[in-house]
Amino acid sequence: MSGNVADSAVSPTTPAQTIPADLSGQMLELDEDDDLEVFSKDTTNTDGRSFSASMQTSPGSMINQYKFDEEEEEEDPGAKDLFITVDNPESHITTIETFITYRVVTKTTRSEFDSSEYEVRRRYQDFLWLRGRLEEAHPTLIVHPLPEKFVMKGMVERFNDDFIETRRRALHRFLNRIAEHPILSCNEDLKVFLSAQAWELASHKKQGPGFLSRMGETVRAVAASVRGVKNRPEEFNSIQEYVESFSQKMTSLDRITQRIVKEEREYLEEMKEYAPTYTLWSGSEEELAEPLKGVANCLDRCFQETEGQVRQLSDCLAPTLHEYVLSTDTLKAVLRRRDNMQAELEAKNEVLAAKRADRDALKEEIDKLEDRVEWANNALKGDWNRWQRSMRSDLKDAFVSTAQKNVDYYEKCLSVWESFLLSMRADVGGVDQQAGGDS
Amino acid sequence: MADAQREDAAETDTPNANDAQEKTTNSTMVEDSSTTLLKRMEITVAEAEKRTGKKAVNMQETYTVYLIETRPSSAVNEGQSVAPDALWRRYSEFELLRNYLLVTYPFIVVPPLPEKRAEFVWHKLSADNMDPDFVERRRVGLETFLLRVASHPVMSNDKIFYHFLMQERGWKEVVYDTGFQAKADSRLRALNATFRVKNPDKRFMEMKHYSDELQSITSQLLRARARVADRLYGVYKVHGNYGRVFSEWSAIEKEMGDGLQSAGHHMDAYAASIDDILEEEEHYADQIKEYLFFAEALRAVCRKHELSQYELETASLDLTSKKLQREELATGIVRTFSFKGMTTKLFGQETADQREARLKLLEEQIVEGEETVREKTAECEEHVHSGWEDMQRFKEQKDRDLREAFINYAYMQMSMCKKGIQMWSNAKECFSKM
Repeated sequence: MSGNVADSAVSPTTPAQTIPADLSGQMLELDEDDDLEVFSKDTTNTDGRSFSASMQTSPGSMINQYKFDEEEEEEDPGAKDLFITVDNPESHITTIETFITYRVVTKTTRSEFDSSEYEVRRRYQDFLWLRGRLEEAHPTLIVHPLPEKFVMKGMVERFNDDFIETRRRALHRFLNRIAEHPILSCNEDLKVFLSAQAWELASHKKQGPGFLSRMGETVRAVAASVRGVKNRPEEFNSIQEYVESFSQKMTSLDRITQRIVKEEREYLEEMKEYAPTYTLWSGSEEELAEPLKGVANCLDRCFQETEGQVRQLSDCLAPTLHEYVLSTDTLKAVLRRRDNMQAELEAKNEVLAAKRADRDALKEEIDKLEDRVEWANNALKGDWNRWQRSMRSDLKDAFVSTAQKNVDYYEKCLSVWESFLLSMRADVGGVDQQAGGDS
Repeated sequence: MADAQREDAAETDTPNANDAQEKTTNSTMVEDSSTTLLKRMEITVAEAEKRTGKKAVNMQETYTVYLIETRPSSAVNEGQSVAPDALWRRYSEFELLRNYLLVTYPFIVVPPLPEKRAEFVWHKLSADNMDPDFVERRRVGLETFLLRVASHPVMSNDKIFYHFLMQERGWKEVVYDTGFQAKADSRLRALNATFRVKNPDKRFMEMKHYSDELQSITSQLLRARARVADRLYGVYKVHGNYGRVFSEWSAIEKEMGDGLQSAGHHMDAYAASIDDILEEEEHYADQIKEYLFFAEALRAVCRKHELSQYELETASLDLTSKKLQREELATGIVRTFSFKGMTTKLFGQETADQREARLKLLEEQIVEGEETVREKTAECEEHVHSGWEDMQRFKEQKDRDLREAFINYAYMQMSMCKKGIQMWSNAKECFSKM
């Protein structure tokens, strides 16, 4: 398993979650001792600024020791033990609604799964639910985005084949990213999602933290966000800045790519009118009929190649860029949640400083909050590095394969015209003999 | 009349097989007949210049003049550097020359001039007559025109044409002195008139039909090509935005920065490359355009045949009718309706003297009519013979030229592909370093 978010799965916000027994075994490369050191509670540090200090021995620097070799972006197949595919979209028609379900096939050797293979059908709503649960359980981990709901501006029909296929691929990527994540892949809700039958899933969905407790969370979050965080550690500031810029760049690149697809499609439309004029002309000619048909043929073949090239853009590059646009929303949310946690802690500390009574009770609460914040910070930083590596790898692959596809495209078109010229030269040889010799 | 049937190894400036980017200003396949002017003289339209002058009272106009240079071939072949004879002509003078040729040689498919105004314009291409690219393409077109006339077995011997090349001043007066203007007007009227021909030469009718098809299909092709060019321009140019964003993005990245930055440069280069590509394609479009306009000239020759044939048929009919009238007058048997006959019936027989007068008149008319028929027959036969000959010559020239044009087009496409391969390979390398 790649990635190295060095922490346990203990998340104080969802007490309902249990730690899988062999989770520590998942923390492959990490030394147990270092793991503990990272999480030693320094109960004397109560003022906000100490957070920066503690960051110096934070997982961020620890993680660098166990940094995955940047050159090997591929997962070590030997270590991967959870394989998921999403395919086979099917329409379901009920009296109330029509929707699409996707087949989700899981193969695993993990012991927390009862079986080694599962096949279930899930609809988009189920994915949304799963992602929501993951974010709730791990508010400062970066969860891969889902494809958007119904995109109106593209004038895409909900049941249009291209739309369904694009969505299927994105859902497949989503689950695979979760499966690769050292912490998220151990999530109980994920397990249910992958293995439960439809009715089981439905009943499971109804459980979980009640509405009121969720309300409490929201209220606290809102209160904290209104208050704002006072001493945000510098590295989170730089992450924030980066995310802002990155978001803009991704949005631009996404737009540019969509625009190129649009322009190319319009180019193809015009080619449809252009190529046949040569064929039409050949009908009026004798000597020129062959060359004219030849040109028409070349244009037709180049047309087909262009279609393939456009498909590469719209099937590979555009969705990847778009996913990273969506990612930035996730990143911003994660940073916000982290800020809220810290703000809450800071607020409590202020209360502590003011109050006389209930010091012990407060102190205990603050300790818990401190742990929570520290854990959250570490989780975020670890996942941030992980995210950056994935981002670099994904975008590099997408651009490299786009460039390669373009090279292939032009090479194919080149050979089309080359063989036309060869056939022309063969003709020239014949004509020359009649004309008495030329070049 | 020169017999230009022997198609010798045509003197061509075929583009080098390996260099598709060579501008072919002499793409015309010129005929290598020993009597054509081109054999004896090298002609170029070397330059274009803007001039201003007074058009009418207080009205200034800006126009372009073109420099025509001529040099005796012998000097060129011997490698002597001889100063060329040169003179300046503007487009309207070329038009005048062409109109003269059209009227004087109605059996010849007269080469067209480059278009007066830019048509089949796609959005980035300027429609302005003063635009330097337009002027340059026009310069090439004018040179092609002169070379085609100079290599034509018949037209190359024309004195007016020769003076056009050699004598700057006073040429206009010489042209007008030929009196061609009067013929020009009647020619135009005749060409546009509708009349029914009973027995046109089938070959000419087929050619006329072909010229219509050629006109229709080439204009369709040119329009579609212009739209495709427009779209392709858009595709390439949008890639320039990648360059800009990559550059900005590289500023916030560490490992990816260099790869992105250099990839961005290649995106910019890719976006810029379309300008040259499309400019070159414009020359291809010009070659097709020439034949669009040639189609009109071809049609005119066929129409002229129809006109000659029609005049012959009319003259024959007229003669026949007059002969019939004479017969009736002589024998008294009325076979045809005539106004005279009817009034005679109504108002009484005419006198012997009157009849005599009428007969005499008819005889004169018949003699005239026979002369006319003889003339028209000769004219028609002459036109059919010469016209068919020239149309054959034209056909072979067209087949050669257009074949060459399509080959050029293939080279252009290949060049574009090669550029694309290079740029995207470079980009891929940069991306790999991300």
